[in-house]
Amino acid sequence: MHDFYHTGWWAVIWSIIKIVIVVVPLLLGVAYLTLAERKVIGYMQVRLGPNRVGFRGSLQPIADALKLMFKEVIIPTSANRFLFLAAPVLAFVPALLVWAAVPFGPDVAISNMNAGLLYVLAIAGLGVYGIIVAGWASNSKYAFLGAMRAAAQLVAYEIAMGFALVGVLMLAQTLNLSKIVEAQAGGGFWSWYWLPLFPFFLVYFISGVAETNRAPFDVAEGESEIVAGFHVEYSGMAFALFFLAEYANMIFVSLLTTVLFLGGWYAPINTPLLTWIPGLVWLLLKTAFLLYVFLWIRATFPRYRYDQIMRLGWKVFIPVTIAWIVVVGIALETPMRAILR
Amino acid sequence: MQIRPKQWFKTFFLTEMLRGMQLTGRYFFARKITVQYPEEQTPQSPRFRGLHALRRYENGEERCIACKLCEAVCPALAITIESEQRNDGTRRTTRYDIDLSKCIFCGLCEESCPVDSIVESRVLSYHGEIRGDLIYTKDMLLANGDRLEAELAADREADRAYR
Repeated sequence: MHDFYHTGWWAVIWSIIKIVIVVVPLLLGVAYLTLAERKVIGYMQVRLGPNRVGFRGSLQPIADALKLMFKEVIIPTSANRFLFLAAPVLAFVPALLVWAAVPFGPDVAISNMNAGLLYVLAIAGLGVYGIIVAGWASNSKYAFLGAMRAAAQLVAYEIAMGFALVGVLMLAQTLNLSKIVEAQAGGGFWSWYWLPLFPFFLVYFISGVAETNRAPFDVAEGESEIVAGFHVEYSGMAFALFFLAEYANMIFVSLLTTVLFLGGWYAPINTPLLTWIPGLVWLLLKTAFLLYVFLWIRATFPRYRYDQIMRLGWKVFIPVTIAWIVVVGIALETPMRAILR
Repeated sequence: MQIRPKQWFKTFFLTEMLRGMQLTGRYFFARKITVQYPEEQTPQSPRFRGLHALRRYENGEERCIACKLCEAVCPALAITIESEQRNDGTRRTTRYDIDLSKCIFCGLCEESCPVDSIVESRVLSYHGEIRGDLIYTKDMLLANGDRLEAELAADREADRAYR
């Protein structure tokens, strides 16, 4: 049976089925994340948020999607037509591509590749090209400034993010995302990597917020300074693609943080009552919590000034991660090794 | 840049960030203050200044005596009055227009009126669909007055001690 699915045309069809199984819930998740965002931020501002369309606003994302679909895609006369239309695709495709390597359970992934972590890093780094190309092709000063900021921010935070992942690799000794989760099995809550790698956990998550251009790191959009940054000139579905990419990336960063630091699909306490609940539920619960933190952060903090972002990236995150790599490296050469592994 | 150890400690260990998130986290569960407008409305004062109306006496005679004080006091020049002598010898308006697209709802017309004729009612939701819809003529204003007389009288009564 196993071989039957992996030979000839069946392999292709089976892959497509798997992709649909992942992508359709993902897009639905994105749609309802936008609603959750408006609700959570509304609640934190002592408002109710959207509650008119459907029961308590439950159909709001559908209304939004319909509106965007029927809007005209305006192409500015001075824009580079080809790049202008290619940019949203460039932003959206990597946001979907990364999901190929995401493990949803033990060996449950579209492609359970051995270099999964490298693949994820590489593809996630590609996403910013969409933003840079959009800013460049729009031929607008605001869009251009937004694109430049996005590029500088990416350079600063990708490094810290990479170092944070090195820590995970040192403990897990593998690049395979499934195996990284399995390396965290055992004592439940306390055996996950967030504890020994606590600085990495924070640095990775905060860098993730910066990578997805979310508040307070949203200088690439910065609506109060540069109108809407890289997507000022976009409307309709072209804009919607940027929007989808941003939210898909948010979900992805939360999920990857769960996989790397919060024990993936394992229950927080090793009792039969909790382990009886399917791993996927735990994975999604943890992801949902991190997404809530994303929104919580957005509702709480004002936007970083550009130089503050650079200072945080270069002068805080990189030294901190390097220092902690040394600490972990030394710890692995002492008897603590048995506890950490 | 000078480094202050205490400040550095607070920033580096995110304590201030966490305190900020604690605050918003608390408000997440706070009671929401949104007023669901068409179903719920905020309370209105009897002195609310909304849509204008011209009142009548109880015998049906219009109050306005065309003194034109409101026209003179109106800072937005929204009121236009023309008058002439009626057959019974009293002076009455032949035209009394308020351009609500000019009006700033300051209430000076209401304040200046010696006979409590021009008043502002509590009505706040009305609209015009084409240009000119918001120019209210004497007939329309009198109709407003007739429609809202009970409320207008009650509001003036409530406010009488302070006038």
